[in-house]
Amino acid sequence: MPPVPPWLKKLGSTLVTVAVTILGLLFVTFMIGRVMPIDPVLAVIGERATQEQYNEVFYDLGLDKPLIVQFAIYVANVLQGDFGTSIRTGQQVSDDIARVFPATLELATLGTLIGVFLGVPLGVLAAVRRGSWIDQLARFVGLIGYSMPIFWLGLVGLLLFYGILNWVSGPGRVGIFYQGIVEPITGMLLVDSTLRGEWEVFRDAFSHIILPASLLGYYSLAYISRMTRSFMLEQLNSEYIITARVKGLSERKVIWHHAFRNIRIQLITVIALAYANLLEGSVLTEIIFAWPGIGQYITVSLLANDMNAVLGGTIVIGTIFVCLNIFSDLLYRFFDPRSK
Amino acid sequence: MNELTSPSTKPTWREWLLAEEPTSRRQARAVGWYQGWLAFRSNTLAMIGLIILVFLIVCAIFAPLLATHDPYAQDLGQRLLPPGFQGNLFGTDSLGRDIYSRLLFGARISIYIVLLVAMVAPLIGLIIGTIAGYAGGWIDVVLMRITDIFLAFPRLILALAFVAALGAGIENAVLAIALTAWPPYARIARAETLTIRNTDFIHAIQLQGAGPVRIITKHIWPLCISSLVIRVTLDMAGIILTAAGLGFLGLGAQPPSPEWGAMISEGRKYILDHWWVATIPGLAIFAISLAFNLLGDGLRDVLDPKESGQ
Repeated sequence: MPPVPPWLKKLGSTLVTVAVTILGLLFVTFMIGRVMPIDPVLAVIGERATQEQYNEVFYDLGLDKPLIVQFAIYVANVLQGDFGTSIRTGQQVSDDIARVFPATLELATLGTLIGVFLGVPLGVLAAVRRGSWIDQLARFVGLIGYSMPIFWLGLVGLLLFYGILNWVSGPGRVGIFYQGIVEPITGMLLVDSTLRGEWEVFRDAFSHIILPASLLGYYSLAYISRMTRSFMLEQLNSEYIITARVKGLSERKVIWHHAFRNIRIQLITVIALAYANLLEGSVLTEIIFAWPGIGQYITVSLLANDMNAVLGGTIVIGTIFVCLNIFSDLLYRFFDPRSK
Repeated sequence: MNELTSPSTKPTWREWLLAEEPTSRRQARAVGWYQGWLAFRSNTLAMIGLIILVFLIVCAIFAPLLATHDPYAQDLGQRLLPPGFQGNLFGTDSLGRDIYSRLLFGARISIYIVLLVAMVAPLIGLIIGTIAGYAGGWIDVVLMRITDIFLAFPRLILALAFVAALGAGIENAVLAIALTAWPPYARIARAETLTIRNTDFIHAIQLQGAGPVRIITKHIWPLCISSLVIRVTLDMAGIILTAAGLGFLGLGAQPPSPEWGAMISEGRKYILDHWWVATIPGLAIFAISLAFNLLGDGLRDVLDPKESGQ
C-alpha cells in the first residue's frame, strides 16, 4: 500500500474535525430541545386533543425510544435537511430558511465588503504611520465599534439618516410599490434586479440596504482594521523589510509588495471570521431594520415558542459558522509555507 | 547630612511600597501591587475607564438616594416628556416613568449580570482547562474537543436558543451567556497549566505526596488567575453587550424591570418622534462597555506587556 500523502492526511483529519464539531452542535441543539419546558407533543396537536391523539403523536415523534436512539433519528433527519415543521408558518423549516436566508446573505456580504474595503487600508495606514493621527483614528474607530450595542447604533442611524436627514429609506427590504416585481433568481434582491435589468427596483433596494449594511460593515471594519494593523506591524519590524529599505526600494514597494504580500493569507482568515460574525451579528440588526432574514426568522419564532424553527435556524447558522472557521484554518495551513 | 540621620526614622508608606528589597512576604506582595498601580495610573485611557466604571458603580450603589422618582411609578399624564422638562432630567418614557431614575436602577442589573457571568464562566473554564492540562492523555483530548466545539458556535445565537429553552429571565440569561463564554478561559487555563505542570516546584510537591486535586486547586489555580483576570476584563464589554442584546429581544430581564436593553426595546417605537426614550439607555450601555474596554486594555498593558502589541 503506497504511503498516504500528507495533504490527504490533513484533509482527512480536518473532515473528521468538521464532522465531530457539527455532531456536537446537533447534540447541543437536541438537548436544548429536550430540556425546554414545552411539551413537544402538545405543541403539535394543541391542548384540546384526546389521549389517543396524544399517544399517536407521542409514538410518531419517537419519544418512547431511548434518548440515544432519538438523537440518532434527529441527526439522520437533519442530515437529510429535515428540521421538522414550523408551528408558526405551518411549512417545512428548511423551506422557510431557504426563503429567508438570501436576505441575510445579501446583507452580510455587503457589510463585509464595506468592512474590507475600508478596514484593510485603514489598518495598513495605521501600521505604517504608527502613532500618527490616522493610527489614533483607527484605534478610536475600533474602540467605539467594540463598545457600542449594534441594535442601538441601528436605531440612532435610523433616526439620523432616515428620520432627520432623509438620505436613505426606512426599515424593510424594498419599498411597498416595488414588492414582487422582480422574479427571484438568487433570492438576493440587488443581484436579481441587476440580472433582470429592473433599475428602479435596484435603486430602491439599495437605498434600503445601505444603512444596515454600513452599520454591519462598521463592526467588521473595527475588527479587520485592528487585525490588519497588528499583522502589518509584525511584518514591518522584520529584517527583510529593513533589507528592502536599505536596497533603496520605494516606500510604496516596501509596503505593498513586501509587507502586505506576506499578510494576505492571515487577512483572508480574519475576513472569513468577520464574515461568520456578521452572519450572527445580523440577528439584532435585522430586528431593527425589519429585514426579512434568518435572524428575524429565529427571533420571531422564538417569541412564538416555535422550537423547530429556532433550532433549525441555529443549526444552519452554526454549521456555516463552523465551516467558515475551519475553512479559514485550512487556508492558513495550506498556503502559509511556515506552517508546513 | 539628612541621609545619614534618616535610617533611624520610620520609612514613609511610599518608601515602604517602593522598597527594592522587601523584608516580608506581605511587603513583597504590596510592592508588586503598588508598582502595577503606578504603571496603570500612567495609562490615561485606562484611568478614564476606571473613573467611568467607579462612577457607574457608585450610581448603582446609591441609586435609591440619587433617584428623583420611583423607577416603577407610572404616570400616563406625564408620558414622553422631553429631557429636562418638569424635573425629569432625561425625560420620561411611554408610561410616564422617569428615565433618569430607571437608568440608575438599571445600572444595578447590568453590574449584577456582569459580575455573575464573570464569576461563573471563568470558573467553568478554569476547572476544565486545568484538569485537561494536568491530566493529559485522553482526558485532555476529550475536554479540549468539547471546548473547541463550543468555541466554534455562534455565541449570541446559542445564547438565544438556551434562553428559549430555559425561559426568559435574568438568571437564565446569565446562565446562557456563561455557557457560551467559558471556552476561551479553558484554553488559557490549559496553556498555563501545561507550562506549570513540569516545573520543579510541582515535582517537589508531588514528591511530598500531594494529590492531583490539591496540586490543581492550591498550586496551579493561583498561577492561572492573572491571565484569566485580563481576559475577563476584556470580555466584560462583550458580556454587557450580549446581555443588553438579550434584554432588547425580550429574553433577559422582564418588564417592568429597568434593564437598559429592554428600555431601548420599549423606546424603539418612538425613536423618530421621541428620540430620548431609546437613545439615552443606549448611551449608558455604551459608557459601561467603553469603560470596560479601556480598563481591559490598560490592565493587559500592565500585567502582560508581551500581549499588548505595543
